[in-house]
Amino acid sequence: MHELSITQSLLDIALRHAEQANAQRIARLNLLIGELSSVMDESVQFYWDIVSQDTIAQGSELHFERVPGSLRCLGCGHVFPLNGRDYACPMCACKQVIAAGGDEFRLESIEIE
Amino acid sequence: MTIRVPVVEQILSANDQLAAANRKQLDAAGIFAINIMASPGAGKTSLITRTIEALKEELRIGAVDGDIATTLDADRIAALGVPAVQINTGGTCHLDAPMLQSALPQLPLTELDLLIIENVGNLVCPASFKLGAHRSVLIASVPEGDDKPYKYPVMYRGVDALVLNKIDVLEAFDFDVDYFRQGVEPLNPGLAFFPLSCKTGQGLEQWLAWLRNELEKHTL
Repeated sequence: MHELSITQSLLDIALRHAEQANAQRIARLNLLIGELSSVMDESVQFYWDIVSQDTIAQGSELHFERVPGSLRCLGCGHVFPLNGRDYACPMCACKQVIAAGGDEFRLESIEIE
Repeated sequence: MTIRVPVVEQILSANDQLAAANRKQLDAAGIFAINIMASPGAGKTSLITRTIEALKEELRIGAVDGDIATTLDADRIAALGVPAVQINTGGTCHLDAPMLQSALPQLPLTELDLLIIENVGNLVCPASFKLGAHRSVLIASVPEGDDKPYKYPVMYRGVDALVLNKIDVLEAFDFDVDYFRQGVEPLNPGLAFFPLSCKTGQGLEQWLAWLRNELEKHTL
């Protein structure tokens, strides 16, 4: 459900940048979304089609680039994907690890006409 | 012919800015605010009422209560004689900074030391929306199971303290506290951890001591 407020924020940001660039139309938005950010592509797309109506972003395409969640082992420095079972390092079995990536949630660029 | 315009902006920046404004307003009034998050039924309102009962003689406390519907929780809190505002989110799964902003004027801000914000019961969304509180607290509870940090890692990452409620039923649920904590450690190393039971009162003193201490550190 929180994708509605997220999508509204996304529209505000995109329209602001489009206006600054004197755009007639927004054709595409390039988003970077980490696995740990708990945002569903389908849900954002669903709300996008509704909130962008009657704006210069109407009909634009959302492109989601996904960043997988990853962990870094504090023992040996190895970076490995989040596997969802335990957080042990596959190289040295060490359990002292920290999150290394996957919480991105950004609008990287827009493509305008 | 399309032109690519670089943006590189956090999508929740508008909410973050309002959260910063809330923080400013709280600071100006000399209030220390905590944001309590948990899944439904973990014991948010129970911990809050326990906390208010224990601290209301030494601190002036107010509460903001977020729920999808009803004023049941705010009523429970108001029954303790502290000002409480209910926010009904009307279906939204979390509190956000604008909702808190609209609730603040309904409280006697200059007469409060501690504001306790009870977020909507949910283990996913509240983590993404800053409110402007000074500390975030997550309540896990024994019946939810010891695997929750592995399944809902985001919630465990941004919080300042973790309460494990309902430890009076640890045995009945085969809850492995070590396995639970091993799941939390990589997400949030050294996180303050308070196993307790709102029902029996066991462990509450440590939680209250942490809260007093954080408030004191903040006020200094």
